[in-house]
Amino acid sequence: MNMNKPKRPSPAIKRNEGRHQNPQERIKNFEEVALGFDFNEALTEAARCLNCPTKPCEKSCPVNVKIPEFITHLYNEDIQSAILKIYETNLFPAICGRVCPQENYCENACVLREKFGSVSIGRLERFVADWARKNNLLKLPRCEKENGFKVACVGSGPSSLAVAAELKKKGYDVTVFEALHEYGGVLRYGIPTFRLPREVINFEVENLKKMGVKFIKNVLIGKSILLDELRKDFDAIFIGTGAGLPSPLGVDGEGLIGVYSSNEFLTRINLMKGYKFPEYDTPVYVGKKVIVVGGGNTAMDSARCAKRLNPESVTVLYRRTKTEMPARAEEVENAIEEGIKFEFLTAPVSLEGDENGKLKRVKCIRMELGEPDSSGRRKPIPIKGSEFTIEADVIIAAIGQSPNPLIQKTTDIKTNRWNCLIVDENGRTSIEGVFAGGDVVRGGATVLLAMKDGKLAANAMDEYLKTRVKK
Amino acid sequence: MDYVTQEKYPLIDKKELSDVISLHLIYAPLIARKAQPGNFVILMKDENSERIPVTLVDWDGKDGTITVIIQSIGKSTAEINLMKKGESFLNVSGPLGTPVKVEKVGCVVGIGGGVGIAELYPIAKAFKEAGNKVISILGARTKELIILEEETKKISDEVLITTDDGSYGQKGVVTDALKELYNRGEKINSIFTIGPVIMMKYVALTSKPYNTLTYASLNPIMLDATGMCGGCKVEVDGKFKFACVDGPMFDAHKVNFDFLTKRNNAFKDFEKKSLEDFEKGHKCRIGLH
Repeated sequence: MNMNKPKRPSPAIKRNEGRHQNPQERIKNFEEVALGFDFNEALTEAARCLNCPTKPCEKSCPVNVKIPEFITHLYNEDIQSAILKIYETNLFPAICGRVCPQENYCENACVLREKFGSVSIGRLERFVADWARKNNLLKLPRCEKENGFKVACVGSGPSSLAVAAELKKKGYDVTVFEALHEYGGVLRYGIPTFRLPREVINFEVENLKKMGVKFIKNVLIGKSILLDELRKDFDAIFIGTGAGLPSPLGVDGEGLIGVYSSNEFLTRINLMKGYKFPEYDTPVYVGKKVIVVGGGNTAMDSARCAKRLNPESVTVLYRRTKTEMPARAEEVENAIEEGIKFEFLTAPVSLEGDENGKLKRVKCIRMELGEPDSSGRRKPIPIKGSEFTIEADVIIAAIGQSPNPLIQKTTDIKTNRWNCLIVDENGRTSIEGVFAGGDVVRGGATVLLAMKDGKLAANAMDEYLKTRVKK
Repeated sequence: MDYVTQEKYPLIDKKELSDVISLHLIYAPLIARKAQPGNFVILMKDENSERIPVTLVDWDGKDGTITVIIQSIGKSTAEINLMKKGESFLNVSGPLGTPVKVEKVGCVVGIGGGVGIAELYPIAKAFKEAGNKVISILGARTKELIILEEETKKISDEVLITTDDGSYGQKGVVTDALKELYNRGEKINSIFTIGPVIMMKYVALTSKPYNTLTYASLNPIMLDATGMCGGCKVEVDGKFKFACVDGPMFDAHKVNFDFLTKRNNAFKDFEKKSLEDFEKGHKCRIGLH
């Protein structure tokens, strides 16, 4: 036992933001930026928690992680119990501890927030998960006896992984289909290694395999196998195909060389490891001057990946101000520390290239904020006559994604006008026995909400299958 | 049906059709089961390979095999062509793309250039089986690059061959042969062309005055090939299309071929470096100069 740890509760101890790789160093590598806590730091931070009986943190967590209880176990240096407590509601704490926007949920609700700064709940969750993984404290969750019902999950992103885990525990025979050659969906192709190390994704997938979940790669449902064929062989299906269709900038010059969607740029780097060219064969080009358009996490990921490929400059254009940016504040700060420049209240209006079709310049316009729009944020309005031109070799459009259209195209299934699958409050689609969740329903949200959808759908699928006869 | 993952995809047979062109017979039952003319697959030899799109030449749903024919044009293709029977691809996915709609239209002319001859074959075969008159025009730089001649003859009513250097067939280019067909009064209902971009562009220009429905199989740079990255955007009728899901076959009279040519140069410097590094380790073995 650590006898020097502070008494609990000690809320006045300064909130620990965790150690980070030095910005000058980290822009030369793709290693994880946030280094988290060591054992003593974790105990000290845990000591800050008041263990409130009303548990506002737990209530505001979309998957209701039993936060005060796991922190109590951690403070008592019983990591085994801490991880099991987290596992009761969340099977992927090493992922959530890293990429969940805690500042909007548990840490926002923490009663210490205003006076002392919230408990660093996300970092504690990550610490417990990492410690348990590295010290082999994890036992696979107990799965009920196989009940013979077969369930297919389409896509291997966070929502499908959550469904697979929940239903396998309940004794279902689960098969996950992935279109690409590696599992994890957006965790794999979208989120960079410096935010989510691949060992974490691999570990979670391996655990599911050990539990008996079957994974099938290189299979595109809607092409290799039609959804209707799957319906013949599986008792229930979950669609978690994500929002992988990039929105174009919609300006002249979009076809120039050097114009990437964030999907293409990030996939080249994250999935295909283009940053290791020529050791890996897939190239990625950034040139000298990089422009990223957008204000979300994908824009931050694109800008920070580009920075690591050593161009002269990386500049983010965002049409509103820093206050309205949808990206996590922490990621914006990381980007600023890494020397990424921001042009707020700015949007591209056209792209100009040379005779070889290569991007050379971006014509921009300044914006001002008008009345709030349907999103509640003030609407950006172009300022007449404020056009200006900046040089650029590469422009990356990170202005949103819509759902992958393949299943919608090849199946008679109800969608809304953004081509998102329509589901009821239990994740049921318009087809009996077919459920959906995550970005294919939400049209571009977060890993955590996808996992929440997955859990919810898994329960609904369980209820549904209880009433059914096996196929 | 049994759903099991295929951890690797064995190369069951391999034939060298020329110094730089090889035929690969790959075990991939899920793909063979569903393949249709005009579909393509993505190949990855190893973990560090690119995802290479290749049009299917043939498939056998019973044996679970697919056939592709690959010309060494860069590192990845050269590396695949060095594989030996018994080795395996790490990943093959497909069938991808929108297949060609095969129906009885009358007279169909297939125009293949270089390795495009192989990619044309399943389409010509399907149109023949659908009861059409099929005329195939095969073109290449030189005699040894004319492949699948015998196979093509079997499924064609007539085969015309052109080589740039006159070493085989008539000296000239495929459009010369196409013009002859028009000049002799052949009533052509549709044309399918697969090959170098410049060749497809001139086929389109040749058939345009006759208003013959002409389809070209476009070969832009692809990454995921599932409709996700937009890297394969092509301009058709003034609009962007994704070749991987909307194509790869498009109305050739509406395709902006110059746009495609430019975009295909996007990674030229990288491709050159890859190939140079690779050739250093494989002197004189892959026939690239």
